[in-house]
Amino acid sequence: MSADVELDHVTIRFGDFTAVDDANLRIKEGEFFSFLGPSGCGKTTILRAVSGFLEPTEGEVRIGGQNMRGIGPNKRPTALIFQNLALFPLMTVAENIAFGLEVRGVDKYERRKRADQLLELIALEGQGDKKVGELSGGQKQRVAIARALAVEPEVLLLDEPLSALDLKLRQHMRTELRAIQQRVGITFIYITHDQGEALTMSDRIAVMSQGVIQQVGDGAAVYENSQTAFVASFVGENNPFVGRVSAADKDYAVVESHFGPLRGRNVGGLSAGDQAMLFVRPESLSFANGEAAGENVIQSTVLNSEFEGSFFSVFLRGEGDKDIVMSMTNSGRLPEVEVGGTSRLAFSPDRALVLPKGEVADE
Amino acid sequence: MSSRQIQNLMIFFYIILFFLYLFAPLFMMGVAAFNDVEFPQVVPWEGFTWRWFPQLFNDALMVEGIINSFWIGLGVVALSVPIGLAAAIMMTQVYERFQTIYYTVVVSPVLMPGVILGISTLVFWDRLGTLVDADYESLYYSGMFLTIVGQSTFISAYTMLIFLARLQRFDRTQEEAALDLGATHVQVFWKILMPFLRPAIFSAMGLAFLTSFENYNTTVFTIQADSTLTTVLAGKVRMGTQPDLAALAVLIIGITLIGAIAIEVAKRRELAKEAVAREEAKRAEHAADMSLAKAPAQ
Amino acid sequence: MNDFFGLFLPAFFAVLLAILVAPVVQKHSGAVWRSITGIKFVQRNGVVISTYLLVAVIAWVVFMIILPQAYMLDFSFRHNLPPGKIGGPEDVYTLKNYQYLIFGRPGDEEMFNWLHLGVFIRTIVASIFVTLINFVICYPIAYYIAQVAKGGQARALILFLILPFWVNEILRAFAFRILFGTSGVINAFLQTMGIIDQPIDFIRADVALYAGLSYAYILLMVFPLYNAIESLDHNQVEAARDLGSPWWRIHWRVVIPHAKPGIASGCTLVFMLAAGALAAPQILGGPSSFWFTQIIYRWFNTGGNWPQGAAYAIVLLLACLIFVLTVMRVFKVSLGEIAK
Repeated sequence: MSADVELDHVTIRFGDFTAVDDANLRIKEGEFFSFLGPSGCGKTTILRAVSGFLEPTEGEVRIGGQNMRGIGPNKRPTALIFQNLALFPLMTVAENIAFGLEVRGVDKYERRKRADQLLELIALEGQGDKKVGELSGGQKQRVAIARALAVEPEVLLLDEPLSALDLKLRQHMRTELRAIQQRVGITFIYITHDQGEALTMSDRIAVMSQGVIQQVGDGAAVYENSQTAFVASFVGENNPFVGRVSAADKDYAVVESHFGPLRGRNVGGLSAGDQAMLFVRPESLSFANGEAAGENVIQSTVLNSEFEGSFFSVFLRGEGDKDIVMSMTNSGRLPEVEVGGTSRLAFSPDRALVLPKGEVADE
Repeated sequence: MSSRQIQNLMIFFYIILFFLYLFAPLFMMGVAAFNDVEFPQVVPWEGFTWRWFPQLFNDALMVEGIINSFWIGLGVVALSVPIGLAAAIMMTQVYERFQTIYYTVVVSPVLMPGVILGISTLVFWDRLGTLVDADYESLYYSGMFLTIVGQSTFISAYTMLIFLARLQRFDRTQEEAALDLGATHVQVFWKILMPFLRPAIFSAMGLAFLTSFENYNTTVFTIQADSTLTTVLAGKVRMGTQPDLAALAVLIIGITLIGAIAIEVAKRRELAKEAVAREEAKRAEHAADMSLAKAPAQ
Repeated sequence: MNDFFGLFLPAFFAVLLAILVAPVVQKHSGAVWRSITGIKFVQRNGVVISTYLLVAVIAWVVFMIILPQAYMLDFSFRHNLPPGKIGGPEDVYTLKNYQYLIFGRPGDEEMFNWLHLGVFIRTIVASIFVTLINFVICYPIAYYIAQVAKGGQARALILFLILPFWVNEILRAFAFRILFGTSGVINAFLQTMGIIDQPIDFIRADVALYAGLSYAYILLMVFPLYNAIESLDHNQVEAARDLGSPWWRIHWRVVIPHAKPGIASGCTLVFMLAAGALAAPQILGGPSSFWFTQIIYRWFNTGGNWPQGAAYAIVLLLACLIFVLTVMRVFKVSLGEIAK
């Protein structure tokens, strides 16, 4: 059984501080939905509001259509996986998993049966009698998930569950989590600051900054068609160019930047005279040393190039100390790049976005 | 000898002297308990005897005192442990600014002279008794009840401190996790908090009982017509009677020593168990790393 | 029923309840107060547990700490009436219990009640004396364990320190009786050594009592001192020694100033316990070293004048309070530091 989750004009304030500002969205049932943003953006606050540890100052939280105001965390059809897992150290693995059933009065045999089933699901058969302290980090993760699934929640909430794990384990767990979600079929609400995680696992993502939801959409929407400067800069690597719009129509806009006129898709609906930022991703830039100067050509000096495995990152500096990153896939040949030499970069206007000037994510 | 060496020698002598001073009375008592003389003394030594020990148990007054002390001890445990626990939990939830006032108020009974606690308890309940026109035999005037209440006034502070120390290390998110999984607050209390506090509960119970058992200053006012072991002892000692008191002292020391050793052994075993568990976890971690390294990325 | 009770009890209770509950209870801002469960405190703990917490703490703080003290204070200003007359017309306030301590019965030949006043003053003075002796005895040990002894040795020493105090205070006092009695160990020793001919009456000379009292509170002086001295960085002592400072100056200028809170703490505790001691004076005290607490005990026991006893108890409490405040002022420490 799965449920949808609605945030209806949800605002959460602590004294003078607004943690969440007028959040409005609907998470579909069975969806893997992520809240993505830097620390302090309000994603944890939303999670606690949905799970019942906080009441919104204004607005409603609805689960399965039902208003959750006044309903405590123990009465909501949600289960939360805490960032520190919060496994019960004095109980065995099986007792941890069966805890939700124990407090509902399910008898011992039924509990043990269910715990064994879940142990199988998370590939820890036979380990039920171990104490929590004897498990590895990844194993503890899985026990936390099994414990939450045991109470058959309609919505599973996950609070940055992979942040404490090392790289290889994190990648492994990403796939595992996605697999578990598809097998069990319930709504997953996942919060993270790691956009790689969000992009690989989620059906849709909500990008947040300072309490405001900047954009909601699937991976492609958020990455290729970012709607705000923050989203464009936070999700993946991006190169922002600031300037004033000199010409605009409904499809394209031209921004007068340090480097001359740059044209990109006018997704922000801007008109001439507006302050804007043009974003072009590293992979959309290419070397254009042979061509003449023209539209969308950037003159710069090469600072450094780094080998990242499947691609190269090349760091350049443009006029006015503007740092630019471009990347090239590893085709087996080294790029013809000379540190210290000048280069010209070019990009296609269809691969660039023009957005209203706004907050840009920190490095 | 250099002045430094002289100094060290002086310090050494001082320490010896100090501990001699500390243990001399106990040693005296040990000897007097076995001395075959009517009056408890060390010299003159009249010969070794066991006879003071059985005499101890034939003394009806002493036995009654011990029984009363025992029941009072249980009563104090039953009262001060829950109070101390509640006070400790409250302390963690009160606003920061009020924490010092709260702390000062609840710790004040410990700083007050025991006689003051005894007198104030006696007077208060006596007044309450006259207010409600209580029967002379009732609770308001009962020596046992008043002693339990009077002692618990300061012993609750001790238990509170024990619980506070343990609570500092409690992971709040466990309570939230339990709630999230559907537990009621009462269930969280019994299934999560209490098991965690178990060692503290036992320490608190032990401390409360022992402190109650050996209390005199407060008890002597609240107990009124009844008696406890300490009041009986005080009475006997003032009359300067027989060495069976020394025998009692030896017994008490013996029991406490055994108790202290038992606690030490239990602690050692607990630490050993924890070390084993940690080894287990490290091995599991290592095994997990190995298996991931071998498995191809999916 | 007495007006005092009728007004005092409920009013006091209500005010206290408000003061105690207010900081803990918090109205949820902006939300409608629908029921008790809207209170944040109750939300956090559940109704059952909240009730338990509040009842237990209020029962303790109000009914066991605050009200009894208040009643004792009130009681000390009343006449000594038999139960039948309480609440009646004779039950009014009076200062006579306190007056008695200072002036004695009206019509006495002396102007002041030197008997009781003398005992009071001597108790205080003797307690101060015991505190000082105790400090002098314990300081070296505390310093040694804190700064000089190595880990294992320190732990062993602490263990040995604690061991004797497992024995009941009454039995300890009793042991001192054996030691100091006219046919006790010390006298026997001195006589066999030929130092004296007749046994010294240590008890009459108060030596037994002072030794016994100092002994009883060693632990309470050593531990605060130990804690305070332990926090001193040993390098400071080394540095002072390097600069050529003699050992007594090192202590006077480096160690003692640092250990001030510990000293204040230890002295306060020992003084209050000595002034309030009952068992030791009863057992080790001679006829001339009557302790103030013994007078109080008599009022409650054979004297049958509880209000009088309560008044004397209040005076004792005040003395302790004044001592604590003086120590705090002299040593410039705060209450919080001592309470630790």
